[in-house]
Amino acid sequence: MPSIIQVQDVSKAYRRDSFDIPVLNNISLEIPEGEFLALMGPSGSGKTTLLNLIAGIDRPNKGTIVVGGTNIASLNESHLAKWRSTHVGFVFQFYNLLPVLTAFENVELPLLLTSLSKKDRKQHVEAVLTVVGLKDRMNHYPKQLSGGQEQRVAIARAIATDPTILVADEPTGDLDKSSADEILTLLERLNKEFKKTIVMVTHDPRAAEKAHTIRHLDKGELK
Amino acid sequence: MKILKLVFKNALRHKLRSFLTILGIGIAVMAFGLLRTVVTAWYAGIEASAANRLITRQAVSFIFPLPYAYRDQIAKIPGVEIVTYMNWFQGVYIDKNQFFARMACDPETFFNVYPEFIVPPDQMETFKKERNSCVVGRDIAKQYNLKIGDVMPIEGDIYPGRWEFVVRAIYQPRDKTVDGTQMLFHWEYLNERMKQEMPIRAGDVGWYIVKISDPSKSAQISEQIDALFKNSRAETKTETERAFQQSFIAATSAIVTAMNVMSFVIIGIIMLVLGNTMIMAARERTREYAVFKTLGFSGGHLVGLIAGESFLISFFGGGLGLLMTFPLINMFEAFMPKGWFPIFNLEPITMILAGVSALSVGIVASLFPIQRALGTKIVDGLRHIG
Ligand SMILES: Nc1ncnc2c1ncn2[C@@H]1O[C@H](COP(=O)(O)OP(=O)(O)OP(=O)(O)O)[C@@H](O)[C@H]1O
Ligand SMILES: [Mg+2]
Repeated sequence: MPSIIQVQDVSKAYRRDSFDIPVLNNISLEIPEGEFLALMGPSGSGKTTLLNLIAGIDRPNKGTIVVGGTNIASLNESHLAKWRSTHVGFVFQFYNLLPVLTAFENVELPLLLTSLSKKDRKQHVEAVLTVVGLKDRMNHYPKQLSGGQEQRVAIARAIATDPTILVADEPTGDLDKSSADEILTLLERLNKEFKKTIVMVTHDPRAAEKAHTIRHLDKGELK
Repeated sequence: MKILKLVFKNALRHKLRSFLTILGIGIAVMAFGLLRTVVTAWYAGIEASAANRLITRQAVSFIFPLPYAYRDQIAKIPGVEIVTYMNWFQGVYIDKNQFFARMACDPETFFNVYPEFIVPPDQMETFKKERNSCVVGRDIAKQYNLKIGDVMPIEGDIYPGRWEFVVRAIYQPRDKTVDGTQMLFHWEYLNERMKQEMPIRAGDVGWYIVKISDPSKSAQISEQIDALFKNSRAETKTETERAFQQSFIAATSAIVTAMNVMSFVIIGIIMLVLGNTMIMAARERTREYAVFKTLGFSGGHLVGLIAGESFLISFFGGGLGLLMTFPLINMFEAFMPKGWFPIFNLEPITMILAGVSALSVGIVASLFPIQRALGTKIVDGLRHIG
């Protein structure tokens, strides 16, 4: 299997006041297509940072990141934004749905950036909401849904554009056990049935169990 | 199109806050409209004055009279076309709150000097014939429901006693800059009674109005008139009608200036009110804007979203303000003594100024939140705890 994500010699430090806080030190990582990878490690070890770099919402200080053949560090802001909209699906710990939009509208949001017609968008949205089992709730607002349901809508939003990779940062971190199980089962299914490459950050060993591979980050080093 | 829908939804997110902001802008726009209208009304009186009329008054003060005999002397000066004269009569009509100009005039010459007061020929004829007749402005006739033949009883104050005038004519102002709230009667009627009751005041004239043929000679003719009466017992001061009006409002001009400044301060207040709302909204939505960017939305989309919301609120605020201005102006006019501001209109330019100000404030107020939303890095925005 060819690698869909290649991280090479990546370092990242955040600037706070006048000094740099190193977060990642010369990290290299290859993720093959169709992989379901869990990234674990203690708090503050740089998991989110690495995920953000792979997803193209942050830039490394050093090193290259190639996703699906594109060296994303070389793209300018607007190209990177365009690239994200078609290649990356995001799932966050706190769902990050827009409260003023219904489930349907939230899922439709990334599709507004495509050239799809209104009719096609509707088809897409309904299809992915069916995959996550919430088609009957599509006219509900986030506050009318449970946490697990909100996260399923967020997953539907993430896969609506059929992205190359799916990144999830502690997707079950805010959920009870049974909701978390639903989400994990859903991610597993997306990986198996829909062949989605998934990179998931998690603290939860039971979540990590569902993944094919588990990598540990500690003090900026990958193990 | 979808963005527009989102703009609406965002604006309605905190209904009370948006409503209060809209109301705040509305009240400010309304205050702006009222202030500008008062200022405009103030200057309308000056604008309306003619350049070919000079006013000759007592040099020391307007309240001292001039002798009737000056009339013929002034008339002899080359360049003087017509000389007419008036007295401020005032008196109490109905009650003390009924304030409008009541003056004695010379019926033969007054309307030649003031062609902007238009009287139908038949009414003019009877007015000139009857000694105790008077002419009232259209607005006064309407307000007090006065018709030709009605008697206006007035309790004199400057000229004591009970006076009765018969309405024989109603004048129409030529255009909206002309005062339609005056009442004029025969100077001769006043003078006859003074001769009998207070002979010392017989032959007194309040001021002369001198119509000249060439407005560019106004300074020269003014000097000539005043020179005539130099060192007499009643020296005169002659100036153009416009200068005369201006000297009247000079004392109040500081207030007018203050109102002028205030009206623009109000625009600053609108900006702060709206700016505050927009900054609060943008701060709460820091994380949402980061999510938008994460999904691939561009800076342009965020600008549209934020500026659109600000614009929407200012649009409704401005609209509400203008709608409230009309009844306010009418109320204000109704509460003011009639005749204070003969011309009191909400000018189109005032409405345009108020509307445009509100909308441009909408744009300006969104600049800071836009700059903030664009300047925040995605990773920082996502870490933001709203
Ligand atoms: N945007 C940022 N600005 C400054 N410092 C940051 C930023 N993001 C992360 N950091 C710092 O970098 C380090 C790693 O953060 P990161 O969020 O990647 O850790 P994490 O492994 O995801 O931790 P957690 O399990 O708590 O989510 C931390 O010390 C954090 O304070
Ligand atoms: Mg993290």
